[in-house]
Amino acid sequence: MHIFIQTLVTGIVTGCLYALIALGYSMVYGVLKLLNFAHGDLYMVGAFIGYFAIQWFGGAAALIIPVPLLVIFMMLVAGLGVGALGVAIERFAYRPLRNAPRIAPLITALGVSFILEDSVLLLFGGFTRNYNAPAFLPFTESIHIDGVPIDSVQIIVVCVSLAMMVGLRELVNRTLFGKSMRAVASDREAAEMLGINVDRTIAMTFFIGSAMAGVAGVMSGLAFGQISNIIGFLAGLKAFTAAVVGGIGSIPGAMIGGLFIGLCESFSSSYVSSQYSDLIVFGILIATMLVRPQGVFGQPPLQKV
Amino acid sequence: MAPIGVDEWVARSGDRRDSGWRGGLSRIDARVGWWPRLLVVGLLAFVYGEFVVGGNVNYAQTGFNVVLYALLALGLNIVVGWAGLLDLGYIAFFGAGAYGYALFSSHAFGNLPLASGGVQLPAVASIPIAVAGVAILGLLIGLVALRLSGDYLAIVTLFVGQAFAEAVNNVAPGTLGGANGLFGLQGFKVGSAEIGSTLGYYWFAVIALLILMALLHLLDTSRTGRAWRAVRDDSLAASAMTIPVNKVKVMAFTFGAIVAALAGTIFAAQQSSVFATNFNAQTLILIYACLVLGGAGSIAGAVLGGVVVTVAQQLLSSPIDSAYLFYGILVIVLIARVRPWRHLGAVVAAIVGLGFAAHAIVGAISHSAVAGSPGSAGWFAGALRHFAIVPRGEPLTYGNILYVAAIIMVIAVVQLKGIRRLIAVVPTVYVGICCWEARLTLDPGITAQIMIGAILIVTMAARPEGLLGSRRVEVI
Repeated sequence: MHIFIQTLVTGIVTGCLYALIALGYSMVYGVLKLLNFAHGDLYMVGAFIGYFAIQWFGGAAALIIPVPLLVIFMMLVAGLGVGALGVAIERFAYRPLRNAPRIAPLITALGVSFILEDSVLLLFGGFTRNYNAPAFLPFTESIHIDGVPIDSVQIIVVCVSLAMMVGLRELVNRTLFGKSMRAVASDREAAEMLGINVDRTIAMTFFIGSAMAGVAGVMSGLAFGQISNIIGFLAGLKAFTAAVVGGIGSIPGAMIGGLFIGLCESFSSSYVSSQYSDLIVFGILIATMLVRPQGVFGQPPLQKV
Repeated sequence: MAPIGVDEWVARSGDRRDSGWRGGLSRIDARVGWWPRLLVVGLLAFVYGEFVVGGNVNYAQTGFNVVLYALLALGLNIVVGWAGLLDLGYIAFFGAGAYGYALFSSHAFGNLPLASGGVQLPAVASIPIAVAGVAILGLLIGLVALRLSGDYLAIVTLFVGQAFAEAVNNVAPGTLGGANGLFGLQGFKVGSAEIGSTLGYYWFAVIALLILMALLHLLDTSRTGRAWRAVRDDSLAASAMTIPVNKVKVMAFTFGAIVAALAGTIFAAQQSSVFATNFNAQTLILIYACLVLGGAGSIAGAVLGGVVVTVAQQLLSSPIDSAYLFYGILVIVLIARVRPWRHLGAVVAAIVGLGFAAHAIVGAISHSAVAGSPGSAGWFAGALRHFAIVPRGEPLTYGNILYVAAIIMVIAVVQLKGIRRLIAVVPTVYVGICCWEARLTLDPGITAQIMIGAILIVTMAARPEGLLGSRRVEVI
């Protein structure tokens, strides 16, 4: 039982992070029908921004500002910075290709992913860095579930993720921006004819999606510590799996999918074998796609003749 | 001329050739038949192997890599270019072919040849077995893929590719070698003659390439080839025209898998080892880069893409060659994008003037700020000594700042219009050159990746249909 609960907690924490990244994938796919392979690398950039924020304030062992302030600052800076980066990528790389054949933006996304990954390698080197979060966010045993202590970092991750997901849902369902985003997602040309500023809506979508990936990067640094320039690819792939399992383009689907993939991963690594956990996750994806190609929450695409 | 409607415009799109040298080139191009072109490819490959390589192992390796990537791009062209199925798991077929060959030619199943009760097979037997096995795999995945369309197909195949890499890395490490891979493979052997050198594999691959190109050309102009293109353009219309859509799609998958597997066996034999990391997403992206750069849907395009990408990678790994490539691309982009000629002249003059002026001013303030030597080797370095600002000592931080600045400036230049863009180009190019000399030449491996990413983005933005691809006029 002890192991079970520990696995469950780990699964929920990783699942929340996957869900945050998956939301960005899903939103971008919704408005542009583009598989943005550079999204995982935005998460990596967010993790680096958080790391340098810690260094800026004196390093993990000798912080010069209060810890809550630092955490908020890291998330804000990573969110804004990565969001801006996402907007710049959209403007520079994807916007010229709106009407190009489908494969062109896909290849461009791969190119952007190359450039992001290797730029970080060029600027900061290829070695693994460590947030060393326990030095300033000590492991408190304040909350226990059946003898399993819950770390304060884990609480932060889950709370921030939930807050962001709820906020996003409200944004998409209740605000004018959300309405225009849904309109662009369902039919871009018709939305343009109705006076929606499509370019701005797409840019905003990129901003929000990328900002969430940036915050997820910071939180993964806090929760797991180690970051390097290559963490983006696998995390992006897993989050992508999550988005697809939930139904790509669907926001609740991305959340559920993220949690599901996180739980699958942690349970398969503690009960089956850690070597096979990636394989199991990919297997689940392939199986899901074959049974229900549009994902659990997705709408099957309409075929227009 | 009377105003023409959209349909007429579409119908005449083939007639509208660019005037000037481009039009002339395309007219000459149209007169040469397909088979003479194949002969030209063969002649070029012959000249390279016979006269250029000249015992240089690096040259032979580059030639082999070019042909290998051309083969892979050709196979991918069947699936992606002709049948329009976005297959991101193509790398698994390449890997499966390589592992298939490796299993029968290494110690994986014991060291004994077939005659003594083991399963070590000669290449004559193991290549067909590996290719046939992968063909069946392709058939199965193709059958599965029938249920999916468009992006969903891309997603599932991407994970098939990832699952392959994970599987060979983790499953049955005793047989597949795990992360250590399989090594000490036998080369290709017919009777007692064995291909021993890289150049030998180059010739083998060239012959395979030429035969494959000929076969694919026949296939392209056949009923099946037309069916593939019909399914790609509109599968619903194709099925209304009684084309068996499912059968045609599975055929494309299987044919692509066969070509990839063949390339895999050659790759494994030449390298005499296989590792799971040979078949990762990076390699897949390179193959896609070959195909898309050259132009999806064109045999010549796929081969040209293989040449461009592989040669670019090779050039980027040496300082003097990468300098040629960098400045060459810079010059070509300036010539192509800055028109008319007097603007180009003004921009070039301004860049040169800015460089020497900035160098002189910074040098007057602090000598050590310009005392470093440019990273490029050869005569470039001498020419740039009084042009690019390279500080002495630790240029990393300076170079990193320049790198970020250069990227921001490039993005800004793209956003600007008219005369402002022209003015902004000057400092951007200068910062780019300084950054290249101070930072990018220090880490050629990383720079190569960044440059390939940049080439992909720029090519897609400038010519989404690729170098030799034909722009399809889509009527909606």
